[in-house]
Amino acid sequence: MQRLPVVKTHKLFIGGAFPRTESGRSTALKGASNGVIAHLCRASRKDLRQAVEAARAALPAWSRAAPYLRGQILYRFAEMLEGRAAELASALRATSSRSAASTQREVRASIDRLVSMAGWSDKLAMVLGGQNPVAGPYYTFTTPEPVGVCVTIAESSSPLLAFVSLAAPALVAGNTVVAIACERHPLAALLLAESAPTSDLPAGVLNLLTGELAELMPHLASHRDVDAIVAAVPARHAPALRCGAAENLKRVRLVDPGANFEQEEPWSGASAFDGLVELKTIWHPMSA
Amino acid sequence: MTQAPVWDYSSAPESAKVEIRPRYGLFIDGRWMDGRAGKHFPSVDPTSEQQLCQVTEATGAEIDKAFEAARRALRRWSRTPGRERGKFLFRIARRIQERARELAVLESRDSGKPIRESRDFDIPQVAQHFFHHAGWCDKLRYALPGVSDPRPVGVCAQIIPWNFPLLMAAWKLAPALACGNTCVLKPAETTPLTALRLAEILDECELPRGVVNIVTGGPETGRAMVEHPGFDKIAFTGSTEVGKAILRACAERPVRLTMELGGKSPNIVFADAPIDQAIEGIVEGIWFNQGQVCCAGSRLLVEESVLGEVVAKVRLRMERLRVGDPLDKNTDVGPINSAVQRDRVKRYLRIGVDEGATLHECGTSALPDRGYFCRPAFFTEVQPSATIAREEIFGPVLAVMSFRTPDEALLRANNTPYGLSAGVWTNKGSKILEIARSLKAGVVWCNGFNLFDAASPFGGFKESGFGREGGRHGLREYLSH
Repeated sequence: MQRLPVVKTHKLFIGGAFPRTESGRSTALKGASNGVIAHLCRASRKDLRQAVEAARAALPAWSRAAPYLRGQILYRFAEMLEGRAAELASALRATSSRSAASTQREVRASIDRLVSMAGWSDKLAMVLGGQNPVAGPYYTFTTPEPVGVCVTIAESSSPLLAFVSLAAPALVAGNTVVAIACERHPLAALLLAESAPTSDLPAGVLNLLTGELAELMPHLASHRDVDAIVAAVPARHAPALRCGAAENLKRVRLVDPGANFEQEEPWSGASAFDGLVELKTIWHPMSA
Repeated sequence: MTQAPVWDYSSAPESAKVEIRPRYGLFIDGRWMDGRAGKHFPSVDPTSEQQLCQVTEATGAEIDKAFEAARRALRRWSRTPGRERGKFLFRIARRIQERARELAVLESRDSGKPIRESRDFDIPQVAQHFFHHAGWCDKLRYALPGVSDPRPVGVCAQIIPWNFPLLMAAWKLAPALACGNTCVLKPAETTPLTALRLAEILDECELPRGVVNIVTGGPETGRAMVEHPGFDKIAFTGSTEVGKAILRACAERPVRLTMELGGKSPNIVFADAPIDQAIEGIVEGIWFNQGQVCCAGSRLLVEESVLGEVVAKVRLRMERLRVGDPLDKNTDVGPINSAVQRDRVKRYLRIGVDEGATLHECGTSALPDRGYFCRPAFFTEVQPSATIAREEIFGPVLAVMSFRTPDEALLRANNTPYGLSAGVWTNKGSKILEIARSLKAGVVWCNGFNLFDAASPFGGFKESGFGREGGRHGLREYLSH
């Protein structure tokens, strides 16, 4: 008899742990040939709330960590992913009919993007901040700060690269992240989350939910403890997200899900931080 | 503390006379036009409660015309070389300086702010804002890192409040024009006159027609603007409540937004602060412009060991504030901008007392018989949960609270949905920077308060809005990238 494969149920990633959804719901993930290749937790509103709470709890230490340290941790993350490159590529292939070459290219680009972002950690303030030459006896300067708890949603046909392109700038800037895995192609993000705890990324800094975007969207959009949302989602979700901004002035940045994430600009550049940093201006007196 | 006598001053009224026409039209496509509906509303002098003139209420048809004019003008203006656009802005800055006295008097009459403030703060800042941005026009490729050829956003809808009428117009128009955008600006219903005078100046400076259009009106006009499909960007300064309504109204389309909204800003005084300097900062923080400042230092947090000293000195200083005719050069505090706002402030005074706080009012001089005056005031024995400690009053009312440790000060300071500004007073430089970095606010003033400069970005965290105005960072709001 042929060996029966062991089908895995992927769990959520919240606060450094891998819980099942509190709702007890799971869905079967069909592969490219329509067979069941895995089971996924279908996250609920309560799971979202717990993920946001975990991200909030992790924020003070992560946002205060030295940029050098954040950079090293993100580079460590890239090192860990490099070792799982083949697994990531096959995860991308499992739910699509893409060629091995295409998925390998995406994995490499994703790891390179993470490395590039790791290097931004202690450059951000230099490039985005600056001194303001005011007409008075004050030393005045502007510096970027993390906006807080960010939700990233990357619905894309390059699901891993899109995921990294949105979540990595948020993380390196000192935000904590609740990421929603691509609904159709969630496996690579789940593998990535499994590497997070072994990359020295503190618990709660990155959290990952799987589920149905349509179900989670209203709760995400209106959540009052989410400070920013960066979403590569179909246009039909845009009004709900923009209305959500009216709840608590959360920063909402919408990205075309068809965007070519392989491009260096804007995805590796300073514009990658749009909506992910706040600018603080400090006036310090000058007198003898 | 011994109470020195309060001196009487002879009145010193500003003598410059300013012509105000009986009626103003709308400034659209470089021409003055009356509203088709023929609707007008009065602009009232808050000092005399008398009508200054009639102003046209723009309705849908005029809003259409204004946005059409801005769209037509966009093509040429956005392609005008930066150096030439800059020369227009330099010219405007110069004319504002040359007509500064006239603008200051007009501002004080229409808004009620003391001439000392409009003359020494508002109008000089307006000129500086145009001058600063004039120099940016041909240097935009240095404004955004990595964006070598930034483009204008397009047609901008801009809605501004009544507390700094001309200065807010400058904050909106100068960066928009510098970046090659065209504008439809709506000044506040109660303070349209200096924006209309600015339209005359723009005309005088030969700014191409349609580049700036000024439409006047109240909430209906504002709503018609917000719901209009003719703009690419909307910039709003005003209350958080209206800001949220604008966000909802614009949710169906991909417009760019800048929101500069309300605040309940903390002003933190440590025991090691230069106390006398801090007292001046507290006064400047809450009684500047009758407290009608989005970033007013309306929550005073004082380290417990100096609370008694600070309260006594604030009271002494408050007693010496001169409340009265805003055109008198000795006046520190003018009338509240409108009857509606005056009533709102009075309501908060009642709520403060009802909730158990102790009210201290500036009570030495009699208030004028007429005008929307309100005595500067502060509350002690304020619970952090009290309404007056949480909600934006937008008036000359300070809530005084105390703390014991820096951590407690920070906890209290940041315990608000707002995050516009904050003040820190201590003579210890390292403490200043540690507290400043821990405060959740867009602008932190150390041993100072209510400091502004065209070269320095202003704007809030959290529910105080998003986007910045001023400096290099403000340009991002008006550029495509």
